[in-house]
Amino acid sequence: MTALLQVEDLTVQFNRKGVAPFTAVDKVSFEVAPGQTVGLVGESGCGKSVTSLAIMRLLPKRGTTITGRVDFEGTDLLSLPLEGMRDRRGRDLAMIFQDPLSSLNPVVPIGIQVTEVLERHRGMKRSAAMVEARELLESVGIPDPSRRLKEYPHQLSGGMRQRALIAMALACRPRLMIADEPTTALDVTIQAQILALLKTLVVEHGTALIMITHDLGVVAGLVDQVNVLYGGRVVERADRHELFASPRHPYTHGLLASIPRLDAGPGERLTPILGSVSDNIPWTGGCAFAPRCSREIDACRQVSPVLEPLESRADHLLRCHNPVVPVGAGAATVAATLEEEPS
Amino acid sequence: MVTTFSRARKQRIDALVNSGDEGSSLLQDAWARLKGSPLFWFGAVIVGLFVVLAIIGPWIAPHDPGAQLLIDQTSRARNSIAPAQNGFPLGGDTQGRDLLSRMIVGARQTLLVGIFATLIGLVGGLILGILAGAFGGWIDTLVMRIVDVMLSIPSLLLAISIGVLFTNPNLTSVIIAVSIPQIPVFARLLRGQMLAQRESDHVLAARALGVKRGPIVFRHMVPNSISPVIVQATLVVATSILDAAALSFLGLGSQDVSQPEWGQMLGEAQGSIDSHPQLAFWPAGAIIVVVLGFTLLGEALREAIDPKNRR
Repeated sequence: MTALLQVEDLTVQFNRKGVAPFTAVDKVSFEVAPGQTVGLVGESGCGKSVTSLAIMRLLPKRGTTITGRVDFEGTDLLSLPLEGMRDRRGRDLAMIFQDPLSSLNPVVPIGIQVTEVLERHRGMKRSAAMVEARELLESVGIPDPSRRLKEYPHQLSGGMRQRALIAMALACRPRLMIADEPTTALDVTIQAQILALLKTLVVEHGTALIMITHDLGVVAGLVDQVNVLYGGRVVERADRHELFASPRHPYTHGLLASIPRLDAGPGERLTPILGSVSDNIPWTGGCAFAPRCSREIDACRQVSPVLEPLESRADHLLRCHNPVVPVGAGAATVAATLEEEPS
Repeated sequence: MVTTFSRARKQRIDALVNSGDEGSSLLQDAWARLKGSPLFWFGAVIVGLFVVLAIIGPWIAPHDPGAQLLIDQTSRARNSIAPAQNGFPLGGDTQGRDLLSRMIVGARQTLLVGIFATLIGLVGGLILGILAGAFGGWIDTLVMRIVDVMLSIPSLLLAISIGVLFTNPNLTSVIIAVSIPQIPVFARLLRGQMLAQRESDHVLAARALGVKRGPIVFRHMVPNSISPVIVQATLVVATSILDAAALSFLGLGSQDVSQPEWGQMLGEAQGSIDSHPQLAFWPAGAIIVVVLGFTLLGEALREAIDPKNRR
């Protein structure tokens, strides 16, 4: 299966005068197959949003250095002239953002904002586009779409705003949609609705989806393959079931362990990952996660780990010297795993 | 039976979904606050009366403002002017013309200067501000340096400097002289707002949908940046009227005696301010009241539109 989107060694550096350049995304590579849903997971500052903005080429030109390749259907988006990129945004690749209220123009009615995309990419006249916009709003489950078309963003509820944004993103049937924490700003009940909607639409339209989130619940319900990012690098990649069943990277393990559990015993404490992402990430000469890692060994401070497939599963990639032992594995396998890893 | 049940259920759900906060638009909100503001009503009444006077002035003035009806009671040698009398409640001016009629008719000139000077300043400021805010980079730097240079000169001084360039000062030259110092004020204000908009989420979202630069600027950035500019415009009307009066006072105003203007009347009263202070009192008082009206209106608008005041 050929990939729809192939991100290869994507590196994003922010340069400021007088300060050492800050690498937000460090040689990230991943692929998205047509219709596939891929998750980028990590805590704040791990580079997941910057990755998506770099793919869309929405980062400010000044002070940003982007290297690598972003191959979309055989075209390198990064070397495309800006005009060509603008034509593709919204038509071939679309994006939805975290906060639906601030992502809508407050002084323009919803209808105009939806038709704007249709007029731009499909050359439709305003009146025809309005009819189409009505259908779009209906398809994302907005009741009474004719009335909503004339309303302003502040007159809609949070869930409806995000639905309207999804309608705008899907208006031209893009082959790839990037959702940057689409449910973070919503109530839990609405979150579930929006996720269900995204899932249905993605399946219906055959749209590939990159889901950016820090919420593992979202990942569990929606994503085919998960990339866990830490400090601008992919530290673990596996399909959803594999990752949840046997997380190997201490960071992934910690993320899963830090979720509050309903079946926890009374008085049981949460297990957070201590510390926070450091500003300048020392991947050179060691593992960036080492200072926060509970399984740190000497090698972690000396050799930067590489992303390699596990011996047992070729589709499970890991960047760790001393991975977590999968539950139920015997002592022999543990020893074998330890020997496999370069130390 | 089942269908009616499911339909009722669907309606209930729809009602729930529809019950999301209705909210009120920014304008409705602003109006609600304006209605309760005494400042606004005070300013609005003054401005309203002034505008009405400016429109109907020539028809309600009791006499021809240019006719020297009281010239026989006026003598430059004996420094006497016509006192208030039957039919002439404010008396005559130094030329024996009816002061009340000149005050009434003069409102129109004053309003014209205020409005047109503001409009020209606004248009110029919008063009510069949009250029700087939309393109950024060296265009922004260039425009803003020009604006800085203009702002470094006190506005009245700049207006006077432009005023003296006209060999034959008239209403148009006053308007131009007064309007140019206002351009940088609007330009800087709009540019600041546009820069904030450029970083906003909805502009990013629009860019992510491939919207072109034109619509981004004129549909997404300018309409969201304009409200403080509108407030500023109300305040600039007041400043323009003051500046225009100052120009006329200094003799750089309209020389057309048949078209009285408050600042010009104030200038004429200079020579006799000791003996006949009423000649200066009436036009000066009128200017103060009108300027106060516009300022109160502008301040009330500013407070009403300020998003920090939204509930």
